[in-house]
Amino acid sequence: MSEDVKKIDSIIARYEKNEESLLAVLQDLQREFNYVPEEGIVRLSKAMDVPLSKIYAMGTFYKALSLTPRGKHVIKVCMGTACHLKGAGLMVEAIERDLKIKCGETTKDMKFTLETVNCVGACAMAPVVVVGDDYHGHISPSKVTDTIKKYGQ
Amino acid sequence: MSLLRSSQDLIKYREKLSAEVVKDIPSVLVCFGTGCFANGSGGVAENFKEEIKKRGLKVNVNIGMKTTGCHGYCANGPLVVIKPKDILYLKVKPDDVPEIIEKSIVGNETIERLVYKDVNTKEKIAEYHEIPFYKHQKRIALEKIGLVDPASIEDYIISGGYAALAKALTMKPDAIIAEIDKSGLRGRGGGGFPAGRKWRSCVEAPGDVRYVICNGDEGDPGAFMDRSVMEGDPHTVIEGMIIGAIAIGSHKGYIYVRDEYPLAVKNLQRAIDAARASGLLGENILGSGFSFDLKISRGGGAFVCGESSALMRSVGGDIGEPRAKYIRSVEKGLYDKPTVLNNVETWANVPVIIEKGADWYASLGTKGSKGTKVFSLVGKVNNTGLIEVPMGITLRSLIFDIGGGILNNKKFKAVQTGGPSGGCIPESLLDMQVDFDSLSEAGSMMGSGGMIVMDEESCMVDVAKYFTNFLVEESCGKCTPCRDGLPQMLEILTRITEGKGKEGDIELLEDICETLSWGALCGLGSSAPNPVLSTLKHFKHEYEAHIKDKKCPAGVCKTLITYHIDKDKCTGCTLCAKRCPQKCISGEKKQLHVIDESKCIKCGICKDVCKFNAVMID
Repeated sequence: MSEDVKKIDSIIARYEKNEESLLAVLQDLQREFNYVPEEGIVRLSKAMDVPLSKIYAMGTFYKALSLTPRGKHVIKVCMGTACHLKGAGLMVEAIERDLKIKCGETTKDMKFTLETVNCVGACAMAPVVVVGDDYHGHISPSKVTDTIKKYGQ
Repeated sequence: MSLLRSSQDLIKYREKLSAEVVKDIPSVLVCFGTGCFANGSGGVAENFKEEIKKRGLKVNVNIGMKTTGCHGYCANGPLVVIKPKDILYLKVKPDDVPEIIEKSIVGNETIERLVYKDVNTKEKIAEYHEIPFYKHQKRIALEKIGLVDPASIEDYIISGGYAALAKALTMKPDAIIAEIDKSGLRGRGGGGFPAGRKWRSCVEAPGDVRYVICNGDEGDPGAFMDRSVMEGDPHTVIEGMIIGAIAIGSHKGYIYVRDEYPLAVKNLQRAIDAARASGLLGENILGSGFSFDLKISRGGGAFVCGESSALMRSVGGDIGEPRAKYIRSVEKGLYDKPTVLNNVETWANVPVIIEKGADWYASLGTKGSKGTKVFSLVGKVNNTGLIEVPMGITLRSLIFDIGGGILNNKKFKAVQTGGPSGGCIPESLLDMQVDFDSLSEAGSMMGSGGMIVMDEESCMVDVAKYFTNFLVEESCGKCTPCRDGLPQMLEILTRITEGKGKEGDIELLEDICETLSWGALCGLGSSAPNPVLSTLKHFKHEYEAHIKDKKCPAGVCKTLITYHIDKDKCTGCTLCAKRCPQKCISGEKKQLHVIDESKCIKCGICKDVCKFNAVMID
């Protein structure tokens, strides 16, 4: 058994065998691998005795889940109303230019994935960019690229 | 901690804990809300701990140390409160700690540079409750946040926590519902449905299994009050839910939390575990024979899951698609069983109503809207943060007294409430009372409490486009008006903001709005026209300026604006030219710089880096 399969099985084993646990398992898989691997969906389907199609549907419905591998650092640009008013769109463009990817994409070296989120609930610090678990508030188009560069080193 | 087997046990335990608290010694409260934490409150707390330990040996000053939830004044974090003097220090850095201990804890001085300075009057105020941001507030749901340690059930119990639960256990379920009903508490999640009536309908629905659910899927952009409550005072939510469970006879509950709120998940789980270990949750609560347990369900980042029927499907392990409204969740909710679903703030209001009584609660607020409401006051306002005010306060008082007015002395344009289902309220309605009904009359709604202030540099067509785009992405795709109508609206709005708007666009927008409002399946779709309709109602001239004059008066819509450098303000420092990604700014050192408009991509970097505000937008 490969390491990944072991990890997948140990995540599934944390939860009760019922449909209520599906989303939680998928989220834990997402956290462990930075995306939900195909193997994870297949093994979850067997373990919980739930059709593959249903788990796949959840994987595509919920925004927090990604079915394709993501970069080491996931950059989330907050698009909440307060951030929008304070120029969040300019941050997205600045990062896109700098990393040469579009929003939703991952850099070729797998270092960064750029995403937008609707609101991270840190509106008083708007505009906010979250890299991994770090919140960067009161950011600006000129500061944002410097901030991200530090993660690439 | 030991298992509490009766209400008497709880009282004795509280007395014991209170006796252990040494009075009359100063304590330091370091805010650990997300905002302060991101600004470095972790380092501040560490330094306090170290410094206190170091000096404790020498000076023998004993200092209570707590890391607490959000104080709400997020714009000025990290916040530090010194008790009992009630001094509030703002923007505290780890290096400030020794000085604070020396002067304000050991000594009796306040440090001028760290206290609040009013942006308008320039007056300096050191006392927490005297600062305008706090002075005009009335804290009920947020009462314990910032004062108790969310990680300590003991702290919560000392502050009077779970007394309401003990009281509720002595009441008949019907009497609890009657009390909630009489208090006039209305759902704080947005719709404002009377909580007591909801609970009663659930009890009257046939069935032997019932559920209570807390909606912590705070999805409205620009709103973060539920986040602060769950992070800063999880026990109040849990206590409220147990009381609700007693009232409707439920033995299992769920808290549905956004997965984007990891600290909320962590603090709630810790609180649930602690309550269970203390005999306040789970089997035979406080020896009463009543059993109720709670489980956290993490959301998956879908806005529509804030809608009750979608949320319940998501809890059950399905995709979160809503169902038609005629099936009521109080009758057929989670797993088709009668279910009471209330939002975080609603549950947080329950313990205080039971404890202090419905009459006390109903004495606050207006005729139709009782109690207080928590708002996240954000956007182009000086004092951003989380506030709790009595219902009926005017928008003007909220924005200008508490919020301290508009950022950088700009002109107020509108305030947006109710998230994507709400609308924009113009200056002419600033003296309106804030309550459920007045906001609806103004074409907006209370929503969950996001209050986003906009100034003259905010484009109302862009705001309408922003919310429509948000809803296009979040529409679950089940019903046609929402799935197909919203993208059409977005296309028209995009066209207008790009200067390609034409005669008849406004009428077409209104037409689609009407179809959506009566044709959509759930609340997301039927309220989706509000941002467009309210901006059309109050700011039609801005739409017309875009369509007829091809101008964006606020200077926001990219295709309709140009950047240039003011010849009087430019000092020729060359910074903009260095940072321009297009290399389209030219000029010699100490000479006026010029932007080549043909190459400019309007990225905003020159405006951002210019220290002399010389970059202008037309």
